[in-house]
Amino acid sequence: MIGNKEIDKHNTLASTRVLDLTDEKGFLCGKILGDLGADVIKIEKPGGDAARHIGPFYHDIPDPEKSLYWWAFNTSKRGITLNIETRDGQEIFKRLAKNKNVVIVESFPPGHMARLGLDYTELSKTNPGLIMASITPFGQSGPYKDYKASDITINAMSGFMYTCGDADRAPLRFSIEQTYPHAGLHAAMASIFARYYYQLTGEGQYIDVSMRDCLILGFIPSVAYTTGVNVQRPGPFVIRYLRKRNVFQCKDGYVSTHIQLGRLVDKTIHLVDWMHEGRMDKGLKELDWTKYENTNTSQEQIDQWDEIIGEFFLTHTKDEIAEGSLGRDIMLFPVNNAKDLLENKQLMERNFWEYVEHPELNTTIIYPGKPFKSTKDRWRISRRAPLIGEHNKEIYIDELGFTNGELVKLKQGGVI
Amino acid sequence: MKQALSGVKIADFTWVAAGSFVTRILADCGATVVKIESSSRPDPLRSEYPYAENIPGINRSATFATYNPNKYGIALNLNTSKGQDIARRLVKWADIVTENFSPGTMERWNLAYSDLVKSKPDIIMLSTNMQGSTGTYAKQPGFGNMLQALTGFTALLGWPDRGPVGTQLAYTDYIAPYYAAIAIVLALEHRQRFGEGQYIDQSQLEAGISFLSSPVLNYTVNKVIDGAMGNRCYYAAPHGAYRCQGNDRWCAIAIFTDEEWESLCKITGSRALTENRFATLLKRKQNEDELDRLIEQWTINHRAEDVVEILQSSGIAAGLVETGEDLHRDPQLKHRKHFWFMEHPEIGLVSSSAPPFRMTKTPPRPRLPAPCLGEHTKFVCTEFLQMSETEFTELEKEGVFR
Repeated sequence: MIGNKEIDKHNTLASTRVLDLTDEKGFLCGKILGDLGADVIKIEKPGGDAARHIGPFYHDIPDPEKSLYWWAFNTSKRGITLNIETRDGQEIFKRLAKNKNVVIVESFPPGHMARLGLDYTELSKTNPGLIMASITPFGQSGPYKDYKASDITINAMSGFMYTCGDADRAPLRFSIEQTYPHAGLHAAMASIFARYYYQLTGEGQYIDVSMRDCLILGFIPSVAYTTGVNVQRPGPFVIRYLRKRNVFQCKDGYVSTHIQLGRLVDKTIHLVDWMHEGRMDKGLKELDWTKYENTNTSQEQIDQWDEIIGEFFLTHTKDEIAEGSLGRDIMLFPVNNAKDLLENKQLMERNFWEYVEHPELNTTIIYPGKPFKSTKDRWRISRRAPLIGEHNKEIYIDELGFTNGELVKLKQGGVI
Repeated sequence: MKQALSGVKIADFTWVAAGSFVTRILADCGATVVKIESSSRPDPLRSEYPYAENIPGINRSATFATYNPNKYGIALNLNTSKGQDIARRLVKWADIVTENFSPGTMERWNLAYSDLVKSKPDIIMLSTNMQGSTGTYAKQPGFGNMLQALTGFTALLGWPDRGPVGTQLAYTDYIAPYYAAIAIVLALEHRQRFGEGQYIDQSQLEAGISFLSSPVLNYTVNKVIDGAMGNRCYYAAPHGAYRCQGNDRWCAIAIFTDEEWESLCKITGSRALTENRFATLLKRKQNEDELDRLIEQWTINHRAEDVVEILQSSGIAAGLVETGEDLHRDPQLKHRKHFWFMEHPEIGLVSSSAPPFRMTKTPPRPRLPAPCLGEHTKFVCTEFLQMSETEFTELEKEGVFR
């Protein structure tokens, strides 16, 4: 069942096999389960997933074996090619799906798996313990189920985008796709919940994940429902009772903090003390901060303070501000980019980064590490993302018992 | 109705969003969660905007109510030794303990993992902190809407000709809690199989970075630093949100293929768009400012809803930039019964998003509105802890349940 992967008897997921039919919408689901120890098989169409064409690429070489996007989200998976549009492909997939302890995750348009005879109803007839998760933009049924969608349109329809960006310009999405990992994470979590239930009862079930619903961040609809007012785009500010700047320019970049009043006013006092040391507090040190609350302070007052604080930050670098705020108990973080993350002291101290070997390129590449640590830790990147069809022989010959000759026929028939 | 986590018991010391979301998703899926607060240290979300009818009150924050359904609530003064005793009885009752105070807080109450394993060796405990429970920066305070900056998200949201802005929400709070929930349920299964508990230490920073794996690799491999680029996408054009008729109404449009591009040209009827300088993706990327201007010349004359409908009917990815109000009118969300409406004793009807997934055998479902402060103190003590009425009344008199 586990193939050539090292068996960890103490890993609860080690006996679970995941059949991963997803495109970019769902890659993270299989990665999470794989990094946690499940035996994940990424099933691609012959020639490889279309998502292998998503950049960026290793050394800018646009090759399906060199997509960094694909690598990033397909670690700890083995890979086979299989054309499930063919009868032979469907037969093979059904054989893989009828074992115990199987989770299928897919992200085809609603109805696609049913047309191939591979939907949950069909597959669970021979395997009532089967767990299957589908990831689609809007869910399996309903008036928008067949809507064409991409990351930006899903963001738009979630209500989140309307609240992001500057008031005088268009609503914004993140410049890195976020709907995909949200969907993958929720699919992984729901699958883990379903597995828990399966372990107790032997019953499998079907999970329907809507990508758009993942991005409906509760605060936005809740405020509209309670107040009748829509949360607006504040630019680099946060707005609760008052509009407070949350992103400030500094000497060599940006930092993030906003003025705290009331319960947490001591954090503001600590910042003002620091400004006072550099004689840049412009009288803020003299104020009795304890009398200011969010409810009794004017917007003009906040704007004025924000300006004075902004002038102080402009005289310091990101690193100076980050380190200075730590010792002084101030709520403040630098606006990091990828380079800053790699140089971040805290992440190094916690051994966050993973060094993953890419033997075919004779190189080791640094990847993000554990999303949580535990005293019974089982998380690890057990292998880099698979090459196209890398484990065909392992799965088709060693496990399913096909002969070399049959494999050649399947290859010529466009099945694998 | 059966639920996936029915019977799982959680002593929940978490507060604000990063903690509350962990136990909320577990409660939505059937776990019994007892949220432990005190009137001297209530969950700060209880004073979070907005209050019902704009009237302040410890039980009137719609945000708290939205984030905490399906939990029982007890008030317990943890600064008293009897309060700590009750907390330990709750731990004894529970399978799981969760907390997200700044590192060191649980120690002060004698409720650290090292204290709890002594009386309950197989306890599962989660600590989730901004930067984890170890390391130089572990104790640095902050909120998620600043942590998104540290994680790398803020730098990726903004216009290239202006500075980055990030979101106004605690964005990492919508990522880390779901990894934590995975960790907890795997730990439960581990305990069932091997009889061992465990301590889970989550850094919300580390969990958040997983969503930025591709820019991380772009740097570690190519030394390229990705930044904010407005709404643009390297391999699609037009790709953005376009202003439509009305007050601040927008439609997102994404064109990836030549076929979609030709359909869009036909629908707009714009002669300028059919010019050679927009004929291929590379040409459209080259002339993207002008392209966006022309697209908006068309959208501005139409209702956003109409733009979506006509583009969708031609197979083009388009979506209304929905507001909070739009979400409550959205027919697809109605079809999925996305919003749970629960009657809260002080707020009235509260709208809360269901989890984004449906499960056929064990559906997540609304059972209880968010607790008022200390609402279930007596119920939890007498039912879950089997405390006698006499003992409860005595402790109450001593001020333990405040």
